[in-house]
Amino acid sequence: MSNLLVLPILIPLCTAVILIFLKERIRLQRWISSASGLLNIGIAAVLVSRVHDKGIQTLQMGGWSPPYGIVFVGDMLASLLLLTASLVSFAILLYSFRSIGEERERFYYYTFFHFLLVGVYGSFLTGDIFNLFVFFEVMLISSYALISIGGTKLQLRETSKYLLINIVSSTLFVAAVAYLYAAVGTLNMAHLSQRIAEAGQDGVLNVIAILFLIVFSLKAGLFLFYWLPGSYSAPPAAVRALFGALLTKVGLYAIIRTFTLLFVNDPGFTQPWITWMAAATMILGGLGAVAYQDIPRILNYNVIISVGFVAFGLAVGTPDSLNGAVFYLLHDMLAKALMFILGGIIISAAGTEHLKNMGGMIRKYPLIGWMFFILALALVGIPPLSGFAGKVMIIRGGLDTGMLTLSLIGLASSFLVLYSLMKVFRLAFWGNEPEKELPKVNLKSASAVAAGLLVLVIAMGIGAEWVYTYVSQAGDILVSPGLYIEAVMKE
Amino acid sequence: MELIMAVAVGILFTIGVYLILSKSLLRIVLGTSLLTHGVHLLLLTMAGLKKGAAPVLGDNAKTYVDPLPQALILTSIVISFGVTAFYFVLAYRSYQTLGTDEIDSIKEEKE
Repeated sequence: MSNLLVLPILIPLCTAVILIFLKERIRLQRWISSASGLLNIGIAAVLVSRVHDKGIQTLQMGGWSPPYGIVFVGDMLASLLLLTASLVSFAILLYSFRSIGEERERFYYYTFFHFLLVGVYGSFLTGDIFNLFVFFEVMLISSYALISIGGTKLQLRETSKYLLINIVSSTLFVAAVAYLYAAVGTLNMAHLSQRIAEAGQDGVLNVIAILFLIVFSLKAGLFLFYWLPGSYSAPPAAVRALFGALLTKVGLYAIIRTFTLLFVNDPGFTQPWITWMAAATMILGGLGAVAYQDIPRILNYNVIISVGFVAFGLAVGTPDSLNGAVFYLLHDMLAKALMFILGGIIISAAGTEHLKNMGGMIRKYPLIGWMFFILALALVGIPPLSGFAGKVMIIRGGLDTGMLTLSLIGLASSFLVLYSLMKVFRLAFWGNEPEKELPKVNLKSASAVAAGLLVLVIAMGIGAEWVYTYVSQAGDILVSPGLYIEAVMKE
Repeated sequence: MELIMAVAVGILFTIGVYLILSKSLLRIVLGTSLLTHGVHLLLLTMAGLKKGAAPVLGDNAKTYVDPLPQALILTSIVISFGVTAFYFVLAYRSYQTLGTDEIDSIKEEKE
């Protein structure tokens, strides 16, 4: 029992409520937002170290012991994701100060920002499947607001698509919960896991497992990603970074949790589904990343490729590859946030989203150019940088279990990532400057934020050994769900 | 009783899906709200429709109906109510700004 677990949700929630009353006072809003962001990083770091020392932390809401009450569970996976998410969201917050514009800031931008964080952190920490649905909705409703705020034509168009797909997937989520409740009669994840194991995961439970896979894949952009490239190119760069770094990762976390804790008894049935979905996601995402010539689309398809790659790690399912998937997930949150921030900087510096109208920016913005170059290497997985360790573990796991085709697709997708990002680098930074005058913009603070994230990406790569001690602890629970059940159901 | 409810839920889902696949934005919004009706009835049905008193302890009955799905449905209703309200306003705003209700012509238009 530890009240520490509720703080990561309570802090952004209170911040968001306070910010509602400070509509016109933008400077004060920024100060309060930054303070709350910093506080959350601190608490997440304390949580990680406590889980590292003392094992899984649980908190029973209102003192009702599970399965009767709602329980919050902080295992290593959830705490690491929480820490990474709070670091990333703090960086994006600082980037928003410069880039989002006063009009939007005045219209409750920071309130929605913090409500989104409530949803994300809550989804990581909760130990109850219906509570997960509620936190998903908290996250999604804030994301509807963030994607449409500003009200340009493009945003209105894309919001109605995004809204529709998410309403349908939420409806399916409730239906899946209804079936699961009818089949086993509980909602607590640890208790569900026990009951499903007792029932032996027969036909009905396999159907429910696939229904959950469909629901979470719609949220994560795993194979069912058709809404993602369009929707994520509508909002401003800061919101895009927030979505690309956090929203799809919450869906992935839900897939990982569901298929390593609940539906683990019939891997012969569920594993092939995840396998071919991961393969298709990497192939289709890679094709999309190569095909387009505008920066938002290229970056969005890169998000999809990495979702496929993490699912590949889950599909292989060896301890090594699960550790790799966790490592890659953490790296990817940092790197994708950095990628969208740099993309936003390039777009505002060039005054256009289309690569064919850019060129020669390296003379004027050498720092940004080289940061983008290093980031591209990190995303591909060049050894000293953060993408390497996760990738190598996943692909080694794939080769060990004889999934040769999937491993080759994973490797090939890395080349497509490299090609697509190098295309951006080559067309935007090399060559001749276009005729027209570049807009004058102040990029100092945005570049500082990007540099901060880049330092984290490099540090995570160099200190991979040290990060791995934490990651392997997260992987242990994925391999043996008994640890999780024991921690939650101990009384 | 459960069978009848299952058929009713199936019909609601069918109509909802049909409406979502249509062209006008307003019909799509109506389709989503039918879908949520269907799924709430499904929650109620799947928990069992055995006879029992309303879940109020003062009734001193021998058996009560399961109170948990009712709480879940109540939660889900207010969530979908909020989302539907947002969707309606978004549709209204799109109509004002884009000047059309047809989902196809919304897509075709270039910047």
